[in-house]
Amino acid sequence: MAEIVPSEKPLAVNPLKISQPVGASLAFLGLAQAMPLEHGARGCTSFNKLFFMRHFQEPIALQTTAMDQIAAVIGADGNVVDALRTIAEKNAPEVIGLITTALAETQGADIPRTVKAFRERYPEHDDIAIVPVSASDTLGCLETGFAAAVEAIIAALVPASVTPVRRPRQVNVLASSMLSPADIEAIREWIEAFGLQPVVLPDIGDSLDGHMIEAGFSTLTYGGTARAAIAAMGESIATLVIGNSLARAADLLHDRTGVPDHRFASLAGVEACDAFTQTLSDIARRPVPARLERHRAQLIDAMVDCHFQICAARIAIAADADLLEAFLRFLPGAGAQVVAAVASARARGLAELPVERVVVGDLEDLETLARAASADLLIANSHGTEIAARLGIPLLRAGFPLSDVYGGYARCQAGYRGSRQILFDIANLLAARQRAVPPYRSLYWQGTPREQEAAAAAPAGLAT
Amino acid sequence: MRPDEASALRNELNCSHNAGPKSGCAKPQPGATQGGCAFDGARNALLPIADVAHIVHGPIGCAGTSWDGRGSRSSGATLYRVGMTTDLSEMDVIMGRGEKRLFHAIKQAIDTYRPAAVFVYATCVPALHGDDYVAVAKAAQARWGVPVVPVDCAGFYGNKNFGNRIAGDVMLRHVIGTREPDPVPPGASRSGITTHDVNLIGEWNIGGEFWSVAPLFDELGLRILCSFTGDARFREVQTMHRAEANMVVCSKAMIRVAHTLRDRFGTPFFEGGFYGVAATSAALRGFAAVVGDPVLAQRTEALIAREEAAVQAAILPLRPLLEGKRVLIFAGGHKSWSLVSAMQHLGMNVVATGTEKSTEEDKARIRELMGPDGLMIQDNDQTALLRSFHEHRADILIAGDRYIYPALKARVPFLDVDHVRSIGYAGYAGAIELANNLAVTLHSPVWQHARTAPRWARQAA
Repeated sequence: MAEIVPSEKPLAVNPLKISQPVGASLAFLGLAQAMPLEHGARGCTSFNKLFFMRHFQEPIALQTTAMDQIAAVIGADGNVVDALRTIAEKNAPEVIGLITTALAETQGADIPRTVKAFRERYPEHDDIAIVPVSASDTLGCLETGFAAAVEAIIAALVPASVTPVRRPRQVNVLASSMLSPADIEAIREWIEAFGLQPVVLPDIGDSLDGHMIEAGFSTLTYGGTARAAIAAMGESIATLVIGNSLARAADLLHDRTGVPDHRFASLAGVEACDAFTQTLSDIARRPVPARLERHRAQLIDAMVDCHFQICAARIAIAADADLLEAFLRFLPGAGAQVVAAVASARARGLAELPVERVVVGDLEDLETLARAASADLLIANSHGTEIAARLGIPLLRAGFPLSDVYGGYARCQAGYRGSRQILFDIANLLAARQRAVPPYRSLYWQGTPREQEAAAAAPAGLAT
Repeated sequence: MRPDEASALRNELNCSHNAGPKSGCAKPQPGATQGGCAFDGARNALLPIADVAHIVHGPIGCAGTSWDGRGSRSSGATLYRVGMTTDLSEMDVIMGRGEKRLFHAIKQAIDTYRPAAVFVYATCVPALHGDDYVAVAKAAQARWGVPVVPVDCAGFYGNKNFGNRIAGDVMLRHVIGTREPDPVPPGASRSGITTHDVNLIGEWNIGGEFWSVAPLFDELGLRILCSFTGDARFREVQTMHRAEANMVVCSKAMIRVAHTLRDRFGTPFFEGGFYGVAATSAALRGFAAVVGDPVLAQRTEALIAREEAAVQAAILPLRPLLEGKRVLIFAGGHKSWSLVSAMQHLGMNVVATGTEKSTEEDKARIRELMGPDGLMIQDNDQTALLRSFHEHRADILIAGDRYIYPALKARVPFLDVDHVRSIGYAGYAGAIELANNLAVTLHSPVWQHARTAPRWARQAA
């Protein structure tokens, strides 16, 4: 049980939190032929687009309703209708995610009415799905905005009808924002190993994995969950929910379709992976494939190999709640000790985490806590680089953004192999800073003085 | 911001182009808009002032994805890289607690970080519900004795360029002219060299690029009172009114600052840049001419001859790799023509240049360099830009970082000249770096791989 300590500071310093519209947009970036549209001033979208570009090293489909001063004061319904029409005509997407920002929410935008106005005026675009999401920056964080969008996608695109299982090999996967494209790819292979076919919602593993396509540049997403696949989620045999943040979305999918679900807080560490594997085996009515058994055995081997480094390591973590939980359940199982935990926003389940205290705060809080607790290792996003340098300890990058490394999005932390890689990374980071005992020479040393010995070991100059 | 204040800011002072449409006021098209807002522009312009606490007053959306995203480097103070925001919550907005929160936030920033000054950037939400952040700033300054400067820059006021103007205007109102420069340190005076005080306006020290030019200024006896704002300090900005000459670098939005300094303090100014050999030499000559010191002019010519010879020698082996290559440039303002001249210097063929943010003056210079047939591209749409690239059979695209991944996805060689890059291209040393990087990317083997299908796919076709 953890005590939740809200940061009482009036000023957030080195923010950890990323806004809800970013999370909501990310969810739509995992749909095929999609365009997220943020309802706010143009700057919101400009910042968010650059943010995604630097994290994923990809072109990003993202548009804005571009509210100006007049629209901000008098009303921006016209901007929304105008933007929807422009995107429909210019880009012809399958899905438009219509995401509000704090500006639109403060102003009191009535999105359902505006969408209705658009539908009445432009019936020729009826085949384009519009999914509205309320995502004020003044609430929650990236993870909650992402979850809200997943819920909205289910509400808009999954028909409410409890039908008998029509696709007995199909399973739904609701994937939280803590999962990278590489994680989702790994989860897909994991499920396929049991002869099951996953429909991952949203599938950033397909759209943001960074791959070249024949057409070159596209103004829409480069892959993702197809709209037709979402519509058929009710025909699956089961739903696998990964991440507590998706609880409400999972409830909604369950209510709509009656498909039984299985919920997992994370897929890091041997226990979490075993639970997932067991579930897959039960659903598929198949034994666990030998390949997975081997991956499990490799993870156990790595845990044993790395335990000298990792045991008693003092780790400080800052992340959104799902990712924080993943590490908090995984690392102590490998022998590490979490001495500071910072969450970007309140979330259900924070109080149940196996740690003494969770501070809801920023990276300044993480720095203070890590210093006070003499942490050995920091786990945070790329903004943790400077903090780790100031503390003189290594950084394991995780979360959003990973903007100072190539291929941050391609790092896998889920599954047996992903967990093993994290252990190796942590052990290497800790080993690199382990200080050797400085050499000591007795007062009574009788050999050559040290400087002369050192000089003799250096390569000799060219013979003249 | 009152409408009359806004329209005053949009007007170019003493400029013949006021009759036409102005770059600060183009209405954005919902659903097809690129680029940042006024807050982005204002903060971007002032953020490099390294010893200031930059507080973003608004919900997390404004600062959360954008703090510490600037490539400007500092030679010392690092406070500008600390992200600060009031992170307004739902309750702050509903209960009107924004002002109170801001007041305490300023106190926290001063207590923890001892800044030279605090800049408060007021964003959309506080502007919409009417926070009086000017009054808060005033009260906080009176209470704690640290300058607190309110920057009224709600994103919905306009685009990034407009935000740049706001930033310049705020500095003119609140900061410039509030301190006298220190005397020239005795160690810096050299016999036979008169020290002249100058400013650079709109030089951001991206990737530390100005550090390869700064030693030349020292050598010539040009003391930079303030490089506005790359590697600047608050106390330097305060003294800008005492310069003998100002140079406006690569920024049309900042030209108002130069105009105002001329009108108020009689400081002459000229425009120039440091991208390319010709531009750098012209800039140094510009100072000598404006200051009107014949000895300085003489020494400047000697320095230019020395540096240009060094660049020529360094570039010589690269020329065969670059000569005749076709370049498409898409960069705003001054860069739209200074890069043209830099590419031509390398023997490259500029097939088109973007003029999205260029003035009539910039365009006249482009015509001069590229001839009457020189193609200018206005459309900033990524698809359209890639189409022009192929239509003109260009070999490389030079543009800002917004275009990097669309270009790479389209298998188009690309060179980034944006404000967030970490490589410096300014000055003589930068010109060599630029030539090097052009040669490397143009001749990289990856393009061949990216454009060739595997054998099985070719057999199938």
